[in-house]
Amino acid sequence: MYRVRRWVVRHARFFERIYHAFEPMLVRLAPLFSRLGYERIEAPVKAVEKGVKGLLFDCQMCGQCALSATGMSCPMNCPKSLRNGPCGGVRANGHCEVKPEMRCVWVEGWEGSLRMKHGNLIHAVQQPVDFRLKDSSSWLRVVRQQVDQAREQGQNGGAE
Amino acid sequence: MKFDDEPVPGYSLPILPGHVSPGRLERVLRAGKFAITTELDPPDSADPAEVLKRAAIFDGYVDAINATDGSGANCHMSSVGVCSLLTRVGYATILQISCRDRNRIAIQGEILGAAAMGACNLLCLTGDGVQAGDHPQAKPVFDLDSMSLLEIARTMRDDCRFQSGRQITVPPRIFLGAAENPFVPPLDWRPHRLAKKIAAGAQFIQTQYCFDVPRLKDFMLKVNDLGLLEGPDRVFILPGIGPLASARSARWIRENVPGVHIPDNVITRLEGASNQKEEGKQLCMDILHQIREIPGVSGAHLMAYRQEHTVADIIEQTGVLEGRVPWYPGRDNPADLNPESPDALQGTLEQNP
Ligand code: SF4
Repeated sequence: MYRVRRWVVRHARFFERIYHAFEPMLVRLAPLFSRLGYERIEAPVKAVEKGVKGLLFDCQMCGQCALSATGMSCPMNCPKSLRNGPCGGVRANGHCEVKPEMRCVWVEGWEGSLRMKHGNLIHAVQQPVDFRLKDSSSWLRVVRQQVDQAREQGQNGGAE
Repeated sequence: MKFDDEPVPGYSLPILPGHVSPGRLERVLRAGKFAITTELDPPDSADPAEVLKRAAIFDGYVDAINATDGSGANCHMSSVGVCSLLTRVGYATILQISCRDRNRIAIQGEILGAAAMGACNLLCLTGDGVQAGDHPQAKPVFDLDSMSLLEIARTMRDDCRFQSGRQITVPPRIFLGAAENPFVPPLDWRPHRLAKKIAAGAQFIQTQYCFDVPRLKDFMLKVNDLGLLEGPDRVFILPGIGPLASARSARWIRENVPGVHIPDNVITRLEGASNQKEEGKQLCMDILHQIREIPGVSGAHLMAYRQEHTVADIIEQTGVLEGRVPWYPGRDNPADLNPESPDALQGTLEQNP
């Protein structure tokens, strides 16, 4: 919902903190996830993720969440799906070129990033979307990435 | 400016140390000259002569010609088509690629094709939304954005790889550009966003129309503070300028063309003039004089849509080229080429198999 997602951006710092607490929790559940099998839990986790993030951010389930680098304003709500900041068409009142009734997603995102502790992540160049990941759980992907990373580091450390 | 190795039409210049492209635009900019670029209004036709005719209007006044890619989301001859025709007779072109109409497979293929046809400059654009043009029912693609397009183009050139990682045997030697609009919100982010574009690979920038010089000055100050105008990865900034035809058309543009910021004082000035068209041209020349004085500005991008004939006057009267005559087909040897004659085209092809 448009009003909810604008409220969230106004409280970007708070949601940043929540996510920072939430992510390690998820990662701690990794052994459970792998016992149950990622494929089996994909559907239920995805449903929860879609429900929560859909309500808060109007999440479009691109499967590669960038909210922490976009001021908590979901870039997939930009009609041009820009992942790296606003186009040149932003209206003088800060509204969108394509949808004049909506505030530019990136004007919102910039304001959100200024409120966040790690708001400067907005300056990093984001990779283009991998369309194979659409409609998959970004949470589970993060968990698997973190676990893989930890394992690699462990291996490298052991080899030294 | 004359180089001792001026081009034979269709041939590339040698790539100098520290340069990435065999093109004249990069040479002029890196030599510290005030560069002028312009934009060719692509025809709604398949007639090559029409393209050459439209380019010839700028002969002797511009360093490179932008070939627009469905600008305003309207359908015209493709930018690769226009570039190919122009490079065959020796013009320096800037290939525009917008992310609106093609996915990454098409775009990367296009970059290779255009570079093979002699395009040395690429302007990476997001593109106007389809709602702005003559096919609002079209599917907006936006597989990439201007930033990821820049990065992919740079990877193709410097690492000889497609985004997939697959190898390219002969990379496209292209000077990479991007657009920026310092005149619309979020104003305080725009200089940082420029830094991001440079990090992604941008080497020159053409801005949206500038009718608000103080705003441009602010922007340039911050860009300078961020250190973006120095060092080997420095960026060359060419603000966009253009003549307004009348107060009425200025109002129309302000309401209907995405991203063009025209302050009230500009409209008042046009309204007060007895000859609004002349005043519009005068205003453009005034702005050109002013931006020239802004530290860090490397040239100007003159967009004179449907007033292309004024380009010569504006450049001539402001004297910004300081006597320099940019190369054009037939400049040094008039017998060399008559762009309108198909024989000449044929001749070029035979000389440069
Ligand atoms: S104005 Fe903002 S939301 Fe609208 S298309 Fe441009 S970047 Fe996206």
